[in-house]
Amino acid sequence: MTAYNTHILVCGGTGCKASESELIKLNFKNQLAELGLDDDVQVIHTGCFGFCEKGPIVKIQPDNTFYVTVRPEDTKEIIEEHLIKGRKVERLLYKNPKTQEQVTESKNMDFYKKQVRVALRNCGFINPENIEEYIGNDGYSALGKCLEEYSPEETIQVIKDSGLRGRGGGGFPTGLKWEITRKVQADQKYVVCNADEGDPGAFMDRSILEGDPHSVIEAMAICGYCIGASKGLVYIRAEYPLAIQRLKTALAQAREYGLLGENVLGSGFGFEIEIRYGAGAFVCGEETALIHSMEGKRGEPTFKPPFPSESGYMGKPTNVNNVETFANIPPIINKGAAWFSSIGTEKSKGTKVFALAGKINNVGLIEVPMGTTLREVIYDIGGGIKDGKKFKAVQTGGPSGGCLTTAFLDTPIDYDNLLAAGSMMGSGGMIVMDEDDCMVSIAKFYLEFTLDESCGKCTPCRIGNKRLHEILVKITEGKGTREDIDKLRMLSQVIKDTSLCGLGQTSPNPVLSTLDNFLHEYEAHVDSKKCPAGQCKALMQYVIDDEKCTGCTLCFRNCPVGAISGEKRSPHYIDQTLCIKCGVCFEKCKFDAIKIV
Amino acid sequence: MNPVQDLIKSLADKHGKNRENLLPILQGVVEQEKYLSEYSMIEIARELDLPAAEVFGTATFYSFLEHKKMGKYIIRVCKTITCSMKGKNQILHAIEDMLKVSIGETTPDGKFSLMQTNCLGWCHKAPAMLINNDIYTELTPEKVREILGEYMKRES
Repeated sequence: MTAYNTHILVCGGTGCKASESELIKLNFKNQLAELGLDDDVQVIHTGCFGFCEKGPIVKIQPDNTFYVTVRPEDTKEIIEEHLIKGRKVERLLYKNPKTQEQVTESKNMDFYKKQVRVALRNCGFINPENIEEYIGNDGYSALGKCLEEYSPEETIQVIKDSGLRGRGGGGFPTGLKWEITRKVQADQKYVVCNADEGDPGAFMDRSILEGDPHSVIEAMAICGYCIGASKGLVYIRAEYPLAIQRLKTALAQAREYGLLGENVLGSGFGFEIEIRYGAGAFVCGEETALIHSMEGKRGEPTFKPPFPSESGYMGKPTNVNNVETFANIPPIINKGAAWFSSIGTEKSKGTKVFALAGKINNVGLIEVPMGTTLREVIYDIGGGIKDGKKFKAVQTGGPSGGCLTTAFLDTPIDYDNLLAAGSMMGSGGMIVMDEDDCMVSIAKFYLEFTLDESCGKCTPCRIGNKRLHEILVKITEGKGTREDIDKLRMLSQVIKDTSLCGLGQTSPNPVLSTLDNFLHEYEAHVDSKKCPAGQCKALMQYVIDDEKCTGCTLCFRNCPVGAISGEKRSPHYIDQTLCIKCGVCFEKCKFDAIKIV
Repeated sequence: MNPVQDLIKSLADKHGKNRENLLPILQGVVEQEKYLSEYSMIEIARELDLPAAEVFGTATFYSFLEHKKMGKYIIRVCKTITCSMKGKNQILHAIEDMLKVSIGETTPDGKFSLMQTNCLGWCHKAPAMLINNDIYTELTPEKVREILGEYMKRES
């Protein structure tokens, strides 16, 4: 490696790529070459910095300056001002939304200050397509340490002592799972990485595979060494083309460096990894369904026991862990179990990655110690609710989780507290809702998802969820009765008690948690046929306020169905028989003349 | 042998003829042909020595394995919650209006198919859509018209 004085890190996460980060990198390279600076300054694409809201992001090292929303045309100014003259380009610095102060370094930004990055340690710092950068950051040293210094039992003990629990949702102790699989006798065992991330609102596994694929490969090899498996399989969903490509590149490099293959690091231990592709079925995230899908069958779950650790892929003992769980393994081995277990709460150790989305200022990935409160996540890191609106709820745990209200803002987040609060950790998606979101519609939305994704094998899930959805539709159309609310509760309980797999057993959670926390909204729909949030289309109308309408014709021009009529400079009118209530006019109107009634 | 038979044969040779190779073979055919016709499914069954019903049952389970004729470019608009909250419906209207097709339909020239899909993992950049293997995020009706305009200029 040439010794560069300065490094320009350009975010190469797909979020920033979509906003032209490729072109930014190219501009930097070309302009540096023109100035003859290409030997002193290195320009690299890194994985996701996590602060996608303000992408594309450019970081300058060694002074750690953090530039946000950089445009391709800004590169010249950064080179001339920052690199040559040593003056920061102020207009591209991040502004603290609360104080309007400019923040130069990422570590001083609220967004990063409260975060501890373990699983995301390399995302945004290394070039994911270059194995040397991973190795340069302690990469593959954990694998080397295990192979040379630790026996499989000792390695498992470290993982057990660390207290790491599965990050895919269930929260099963990882070390224990490895130990169980190790103890089963078989001629062949398998390590499976579950990269079939499908929870609405969750995208951490995608970002880890895109930003740090080697950490997953290294951890899978360690797992193979521990349980006695020579073969690993990554089951990744087809919806993630970039993650697939990065993983393929990483696998080829690992093989080339002797980190995979018949004789890993000359230790005599052999391990190989193969990729299997999903094909658009959410239920395949359930481990037994995932295994069936890899066997070439319909991705339907089967009853446990037998657990995959006894009889999994091709009937052989199989250890299934999710991407984020694997990404935690190398740092645990490198820094020790005591370090890891010093982070977090009594029963939930370490950190957790959350994906912030919805009505929150800073969307993107964050990683915080277990035990951080929702308030810190939403207000300090997330920057609060968009447009100064009021916080209503945060949905965690995807379609298996629930909605948490203001009452839970100061609850420390860990597996057990979230369960007690009527939600669950799930894979870590957090969708923030404000006062404009109708909670009955949110429950209905999740049921729609479950209906789509239920595999149809067991009756409670296939038919029960359909009935739940029908009742919710009835309520949002203003045709519901008090009896329907009782039915929702009863039916939800039956589905929870009798479904075959995790998908069905948790699918009524969004309904139950909204019933518990927002019963008044259900009652308003049922009793007074009103949607308090003004979202349910059947219970609302868009009308134009004659006094405020200036006749600018903007709504008329944007209406997709031609429901708006009126002369220029005179009040317009919405034909309710034609209106599809898409809300375009409401958003476009600059004079607040369109009202929801 | 016709091209589909050739393709299936070469995929079976590449991946193997065991049951666990069925999905990679189905995926290989979809990548090339854009969908699984009844004919391809029967041919795959013959090649792997499986009952045709098994192949059909597996193929139809997965939403990315289409079993009716699809356009050259398959547009999958994310319909999951954050995308819905951020105006997914307006994106759909814009596409439907521009291509004159509804969800689940293919344009008469066989160029575009419009589908909806569950979470694409772009909730922080909603609304999002996938056209074949390319992801487009933070869509607005204007942006969609621009993107599709580019695709329309490409050869069919």
